[in-house]
Amino acid sequence: MTVTITVNGTQHTHSVEPRLLLIHYLREHLSLTGSHIGCETSLCGACTVELNGKAVKSCSIFAVQCNGAQVTTIEGLATGDRLHRVQEAFWNEHGAQCGFCTPGMVMVSKQILDRNPDPTEAEIRHGLEGNLCRCTGYQHIVKAVQAAARVRA
Amino acid sequence: MATPSITKLEPFIGKRIRRKEDPRLITGTATYVDDLQLPGMHFAVVVRSPHGAARIKSVDIAAAAAMKGVAMVLTGRDVADLACVPCGASLPGLRVPEHRLLAQDRVYYVGHPVAVVVATDRYIAKDAAEAVEVDYEVLQAVADPEKALAPGAPAVHPQWPDNTAFTFHQEGGDIEKAFAEADVVVKQRITSQRLIPSPLETRGCVAQWHAAEKSLTLHTSTQVPHLVRSLLAQMLGLDENRVRVVAPEVGGGFGCKLNLYAEEALTSHVAMKLGKPIKWIESRRENFLTTIHGRGHVDYYEVAAKKDGTILGIKVKIIQDLGSYHQLLGPAIPTLSVLMIPGLYRAKSMCADVVGVFTNCVPTDAYRGAGRPEATHGIERMVDILAAELKMDPAELRLKNFVRNEEFPFPTATGLIYDTGDYAAPLRKAMETVNYTELRKQQADARKHGKLMGIGMSTYGEICAFGPSPATPAGGWESATVKIEPSGKVTVMTGVSPHGQGEETTFSQITADHLGVPFEDVLVQHGDTAIVQYGIGTFGSRATAVGGPALYYAIQELIIKIKKFGAMLLESDDVSYANGQCTCAKTGKSVSIKEIAGAAYRAMKLPANTEPGLVATYFWEPTNFTFPFGAHIMVAEVDPGTGAIDIKRYVAIDDCGNLINPLVVDGQVHGGVAQGLGQALWEQAVYDDNAQLVSGEFMDYTMPRAHMMPWIESGHTITPTPVNPLGVKGVGEAGTIGASPAAVSAVVDALSPLGVRHIDMPMTPEKIWRLILSKTTGSNA
Ligand code: FES
Ligand code: FES
Repeated sequence: MTVTITVNGTQHTHSVEPRLLLIHYLREHLSLTGSHIGCETSLCGACTVELNGKAVKSCSIFAVQCNGAQVTTIEGLATGDRLHRVQEAFWNEHGAQCGFCTPGMVMVSKQILDRNPDPTEAEIRHGLEGNLCRCTGYQHIVKAVQAAARVRA
Repeated sequence: MATPSITKLEPFIGKRIRRKEDPRLITGTATYVDDLQLPGMHFAVVVRSPHGAARIKSVDIAAAAAMKGVAMVLTGRDVADLACVPCGASLPGLRVPEHRLLAQDRVYYVGHPVAVVVATDRYIAKDAAEAVEVDYEVLQAVADPEKALAPGAPAVHPQWPDNTAFTFHQEGGDIEKAFAEADVVVKQRITSQRLIPSPLETRGCVAQWHAAEKSLTLHTSTQVPHLVRSLLAQMLGLDENRVRVVAPEVGGGFGCKLNLYAEEALTSHVAMKLGKPIKWIESRRENFLTTIHGRGHVDYYEVAAKKDGTILGIKVKIIQDLGSYHQLLGPAIPTLSVLMIPGLYRAKSMCADVVGVFTNCVPTDAYRGAGRPEATHGIERMVDILAAELKMDPAELRLKNFVRNEEFPFPTATGLIYDTGDYAAPLRKAMETVNYTELRKQQADARKHGKLMGIGMSTYGEICAFGPSPATPAGGWESATVKIEPSGKVTVMTGVSPHGQGEETTFSQITADHLGVPFEDVLVQHGDTAIVQYGIGTFGSRATAVGGPALYYAIQELIIKIKKFGAMLLESDDVSYANGQCTCAKTGKSVSIKEIAGAAYRAMKLPANTEPGLVATYFWEPTNFTFPFGAHIMVAEVDPGTGAIDIKRYVAIDDCGNLINPLVVDGQVHGGVAQGLGQALWEQAVYDDNAQLVSGEFMDYTMPRAHMMPWIESGHTITPTPVNPLGVKGVGEAGTIGASPAAVSAVVDALSPLGVRHIDMPMTPEKIWRLILSKTTGSNA
């Protein structure tokens, strides 16, 4: 099947197997390896990308379902050398250790702030619920979201 | 030549500096093993046993091999001549089962590799793996270590019907006398359940064979690239210098990547046979089933004490669930528990008996803390139980029994020498942080209103900085090379292999301060055996505490060379070096490190017997372990209606010696506490009676998520260790070790009015709810 998907502002057209997952499409057809595979069962969030403005787990959706869609991955977040405020906050607050969960965490954090510019700690934690991190104990990630909220876009 | 202008540089050590590794991580441009794509690369998938114990009657690969895109299918017979997966632990009388790369005539656990399928792409390889038909005769399995020890239990390995891999005894002081003189003896069975390490990146590797050079390159998600290289070369019969192992960006390890796994050797073997690059990536399901698990203890403790609370002696019987095979260090892990049985206490007598038990489960091995959390959990629970028995305050009992400051270096009943400490300090600080006296009053009040509020504590010691070589299976030193490039920029090559711990930053801080160069000028390289001299790796809270001193000493050697070239340029034999400048004492003239580097490589007018270039390598052997310590306090409230535990406060005070980067240290503590609370409250590898792993997905294995974690109030006391010149002790495992006993302590304290004295982990709401019900109504719901 042929799909046309706009990823990070660039339109791509490929012929793909119907069973190809979006995460594999991004990683293997487009070589965008920033989104990671932690489980392939929609439980870890390492593969989180933005699909038509909403954070989704790209392991739980087929590439063909995204025909005509706009996708933003972690690679598309910074503007040139200027990091997105969430990325900058993850750096300042030591929100990443091994970094494997980080792209997904950054994408979901962005969504938390898109929906609620001034979330409480509990709201942040609730928003991060679908994303696992085994390294940080989440505290510096929570702090990063709080710090990014203070910056405002 | 510059005129003297030496300004004191701001020190970097001790500052909260954001990490150098982060820009690639936050932009998604880091390269993990699954991100590698090589021309002609094939994909390997392993066919695994669905049974805990079975005889393999036949394996039919015809259908799989015939599928389009399938390049190779191998079964046990094809690898029967290859060496076994190595066990590095050596204990007297240890029974070591033959651990072949693929099962031969039997399978011993669910997930046991039976065949490997290689195809042009991962979807085809998976389809083909499903087409491999294995005919099994299912046998009786045993998953519970105590049941495995019972007479008549199914034998995991038929040649050893008692399922005993080894027994180990250690004794110190006079244990008979201690128990004879005791006023009180408390006893308790305490378990540390099997855990699944679950780094967010599973295992995986890419192997590439260069036939003309007879050399192999293996990119693998590991904590120990050099050990993997040495072991793999041996296994595959390759020259060690023709095997290059690279740990690319590694997405967490926690001990489970401190190993050589069958799949690493299998992928390499297939790459050599096919002449194609081969990628193997573990699925999450496979990770649960086949990457090592941690803990797996059933312990029986007895503690002897005087009426006044003085602890006289500790006896423990440890039953260690080893699983079906030994991975690299498995059998050695419970011996680490034995070493830490005395905890922070002065008790001079101990006695431990360990039995290592085979079960039809995946092997256990090092998981964050590796043997020490089990010991600390046990001894801290016992101290609480003793306090309850004596009706003493648990803090007071601890303060009474701590090794005293003037007793360091303190020889323990297990033969260790505790380096240094002020064991009361973190406990006092934690108590002040929560306002302990006031809190106990609040608790008394809460109890009057029927509230189940608990205050729990743990005070823990660790054995870190692994470690002096005689005490380790593969050498316990660490290495560093420091190279000043002709331009004056500094490259550090360290033998440790960080995978989240931040040494690219902390080692840059150490280099900046001790070499006197700008932080930004330092580049730290690691994890590639073709770049790094040799190294042991990252585990056992050793990277900064052993790798850091190696770096420090390499810098000292380099400074000697720098001064030689400085003396040459300044035409003086009386020069000093500081802040990146060599200065002549007599004239006050100085030269910068940049000028010196240029001259060292240009080598125009070298004095006799002077080696050009500016490189120094140092392999540092520590004289002792380090022994960090600390205290955690948790305050919790239990809901009697649901059994839910609400953590009100969590305070962690650690003493890991000097802090290189407090921001990174905080991160280590937070992550450690999360894993300790994970064990205390939620996580458990559950095997059923047929040795099927019931908790084999994130859905069933409850890892902490953001909304489950409390805010951790972390702080420090600082007692630098004399063991190394940086005074650092290691912090990677502290949080994990301190957390589980503090959490259980808090919940038991909350339920103590109901007569509860101990609870085994994990303290799930259901377990707590049933416990409350049985205590209040006598019913066993
Ligand atoms: S890989 Fe998609 S949620 Fe885990
Ligand atoms: S930083 Fe390692 S999993 Fe989150």
